[in-house]
Amino acid sequence: MRNFVSERAQEIPPSGIRKFFDLVLTMEDVISLGVGEPDFRTPWNICESSIYSIEQGTTSYTSNKGLQTLRDALSRYLALHYNLQYTSDHEIIVTSGVSEGLDIAIRSVVDPGDEVLIAQPSYVSYAPCVTLAGGKPISIRCTERDHFKLNPDLLAEKITGKSKALIINFPNNPTGAVMSQTDLKAIADLVIDHDLLLISDEVYSELTYETRHCAAATVSDLWQRTITLNGFSKAYAMTGWRVGYLCAPKDLCDAALKIHQYVMLCAPVMGQVGALEALRSAEEDKNSMVNEYRLRRNMFVAGLNRIGLECHVPEGAFYAFPSVKKTGLSDVEFAEQLLKEQRVAVVPGSVFGLGGENHLRCAYAISRKELNSALGRIETFIKSL
Amino acid sequence: MDEKDLELLRILEENSRLSADEIATMTNISTSEVEERVRALEASQVIKRYSTVINWERAGNGEVSAIIELKVNPERDYGYDRIAERLSRFRQVKTLRLMTGTYDLQLLVTGKNMQEVSRFVSEHVAPMDRIRETATHIIMKSYKENGNTFFEQTEPERLPYSP
Repeated sequence: MRNFVSERAQEIPPSGIRKFFDLVLTMEDVISLGVGEPDFRTPWNICESSIYSIEQGTTSYTSNKGLQTLRDALSRYLALHYNLQYTSDHEIIVTSGVSEGLDIAIRSVVDPGDEVLIAQPSYVSYAPCVTLAGGKPISIRCTERDHFKLNPDLLAEKITGKSKALIINFPNNPTGAVMSQTDLKAIADLVIDHDLLLISDEVYSELTYETRHCAAATVSDLWQRTITLNGFSKAYAMTGWRVGYLCAPKDLCDAALKIHQYVMLCAPVMGQVGALEALRSAEEDKNSMVNEYRLRRNMFVAGLNRIGLECHVPEGAFYAFPSVKKTGLSDVEFAEQLLKEQRVAVVPGSVFGLGGENHLRCAYAISRKELNSALGRIETFIKSL
Repeated sequence: MDEKDLELLRILEENSRLSADEIATMTNISTSEVEERVRALEASQVIKRYSTVINWERAGNGEVSAIIELKVNPERDYGYDRIAERLSRFRQVKTLRLMTGTYDLQLLVTGKNMQEVSRFVSEHVAPMDRIRETATHIIMKSYKENGNTFFEQTEPERLPYSP
């Protein structure tokens, strides 16, 4: 029999955390800092309104683009919060999470042979999605010295005649790095000079602790060449609802919509109803969750530095990204031994690509009590080395 | 009262047993400043005292609580204030509020048993001057007190790892 698996599917690597996942399932009493999602439940007003809509029989397909009411609300929300101007009729598509938004964004702009620049460490799906679209992912290293911001010089080095697009994600998973308007301006100059498209995944935009988020499309003339991706998962603790959105100028949005209508048809309607309620009434819930993350971040990062894992203060998302260099172990060794000996699960930074090696991603989206226990266990582990 | 004070109050309201050191690392306010601010908040009676939320039903001491509503003739020059002050002196009155609506004052009263609560209402509250009418509601079960639910909540299942 032939091998039916396509070359493209063979080409993409399996997820780097699979091995840990299998190991952790065999263990008890594990404190997991490996979970990239909020530990809060979805605010009840959001759940309630979705439940009510199901009772009312709102269970059909929606328009491909998503509910008009949700797109209208998103258009107002983006203008109000980020000064982002997207019209609800032609420039916003509601997607099944940012994951889908990313896929259709990449597929609507990448031709075979195109190079797509990816600022790393990055979320694990960017490079495989580029590969699946026939493009060539090109990693750009973000360094600890730059606090994991994208350095324009390191970007410039990797730009070639084949470069088509740049993917960034700030606030960043896994580093928690944030780019200010000034930081983005330097990137914008390069993107515009080399006529690149920018794909900006801003799913952590609500989770910033020092400054308000600066949306990439508002910097310089980037708007016309930017696809903005965002979603409800992180800000409103709605990961399982699968609701995100893609915003772009009409021609780009139309192209993405063609793919979206064939592969997804529409995002789940219950999720869309919940998302609309989130925009209407969950501002306070969101603020109190963000405030709690900030308290945990301060406590946890101070704790990591105290026990000897150097960590810069991440300005956004809910990840700390400490270095294990001083322990003499690699990130994978550290993560494996820590899990086996002290039952604390962290994700080795190398899973997230260039620049992630020798670091650990620790999600502080767990209670302060558990964070304190985790710190105690990590300290015991380090002392035993 | 500034943003820092409000933040300290929110943290303490949720858990008053955190040490000044712990609060300091969470908020990036120095330990001495935390201590100073909390002292000032105590002195100005913004922080009345530190207490504990107890699920008495689970403790099983058999105490009975009741909401008592009162219609009151307000007093010239004083309105409801003087009668409210008199009522508030009773040990049995845990909470006392002036409200809009059909009734004027609302009391939360606790007692060892139903007889004690009803005797308190009929002997001490109802006969007071200016009280025109009372309505007593015995509390059968408490589901949520001051933001704390008394339901058994199972932790939602989360994947141990997610990207």
